[in-house]
Amino acid sequence: MSVILQTQKLRVEYRSRELRQPVKVALTGLDLEVHAGEVFGFLGPNGAGKTTTMNVLLGFVPPTSGGASLFGIDVRQPIARQRIGYLPELTYYYKFLTAEELLRFYAKIFGIARTEADRRIDQLLKLVELESARKRPIKSYSKGMQQRVGLAQALINNPDLLILDEPTSGLDPLGRMKVREIIQRLKNEGKTVFFASHELGEVETVCDRVAIIHQGELKAVGTVADISTGHENLEKAFLRIVGYQSIISP
Amino acid sequence: MNKIFTLAGVVIKELYRRKDFYVLFVLTAVLTLAAGAVNFFRDEKIVRYVKDICLLLIWISSLVITIVTAARQIPAEREARTIFPLLAKPVSRGQVIAGKFLGCWFATGIALVVFYFFFAVITGSKEQTWPVLTYLEAAWMQWCLLAIVIALVLLGSIYFAAPSSTSTISFIVVAGILLVGGHLHVIALQQPEPMQTVLTFVYYLMPHLEWFYLSDFVIYDFGRVPLLKIAEASVYAAVWTEILLLLAWLGFRRKNLTT
Repeated sequence: MSVILQTQKLRVEYRSRELRQPVKVALTGLDLEVHAGEVFGFLGPNGAGKTTTMNVLLGFVPPTSGGASLFGIDVRQPIARQRIGYLPELTYYYKFLTAEELLRFYAKIFGIARTEADRRIDQLLKLVELESARKRPIKSYSKGMQQRVGLAQALINNPDLLILDEPTSGLDPLGRMKVREIIQRLKNEGKTVFFASHELGEVETVCDRVAIIHQGELKAVGTVADISTGHENLEKAFLRIVGYQSIISP
Repeated sequence: MNKIFTLAGVVIKELYRRKDFYVLFVLTAVLTLAAGAVNFFRDEKIVRYVKDICLLLIWISSLVITIVTAARQIPAEREARTIFPLLAKPVSRGQVIAGKFLGCWFATGIALVVFYFFFAVITGSKEQTWPVLTYLEAAWMQWCLLAIVIALVLLGSIYFAAPSSTSTISFIVVAGILLVGGHLHVIALQQPEPMQTVLTFVYYLMPHLEWFYLSDFVIYDFGRVPLLKIAEASVYAAVWTEILLLLAWLGFRRKNLTT
């Protein structure tokens, strides 16, 4: 199976702006491979380095050393992002645009022809159930609606790799189910999905493989079954791997 | 190039969906109309005062629109985090800078067209003459100056995180150059060393925005500026704009946007 997403000895350090503050190491030599067609869960407690990894993959943060590539292209090249879709954890879109305008804007950025863009916009707004609100500015949307616009913009280029950062965060049960269905649908279409999540139940349901990261280091990688071996479920395995100790005595 | 124009389109859309431009235009129109309606000292050449006031207001309004619009581009994108979904697309940081610049420049161009049209109507109704080419020259030169100002503000916005601080510093720098820039080398001669050398150095180093001020040609009917001079000033503006945009891109290129 071909490697779609790869990091090699990826190290990221954040230097403090204040004098005499230590350098914060966010990632220490991360090696990761995600193969074509798999749904890959990226797990870790808060501050583990998940977001930093995503930030490097998307070109927001330059690596201190090591490298990362998407479809074999260095992530520092904008063309590496031609075939990806990205859904951030929170909704960060131009609020003065309507959903239709936002999707058209991103379609133009991807260089999608107008007729094809029109077709995809109609299709996606139907998929995320925003057809009736397509002409309304995004600032008038509820949080759930904004998250759905986010999902639509992530799919506008019919991506081969979808990068999702906490895709179900802040969604109601119906919204979560919708996202899960879309991930499943993408998987059936042979797309690759890379997502960070705290929802271990969700990860167990949809992921082919998972990686667990803690304090900037990769602690485990494998199928859900492999990682859960010897444990009740993925959550118990996760807690053991990150060294969690209960404050309640047995 | 399509990506740059697409990015520019959003900047223009944002400007006309905000109220800044309308407020400034209405203010300029009201003040000019009020000035034009009063016949100061029963002066026959009242139209000169109207032109003077109107052009001054156009200069102030266009600078306010330009600086405020350009100053908020990158910081507001970072603050609202809209920069992340944007940069997650196949778009380079250089294209973002270029798109923001073009958007601001086109937007201020639209504002200038509206302002000068209004100016021509007001003065034409009083003078019964329409020196369109003189107005076009003045507007073009002002637009060239605004290109340098936008590039300067975008450069500042890479280093000053808040739009307010970028706007304030930009206003001070631009006003300083316009008011004393042309006299700095003369002031330098009256200073002791090392101040004399420093001021002379600054005089030759800074962009001379005052060279683009053609209001006197319009107010006093000096006639038209030779085309060659207009072309030279346009090239000068283009070179300065490119230098400032290059510096902005160098600063933005490796910037960690998450901190």
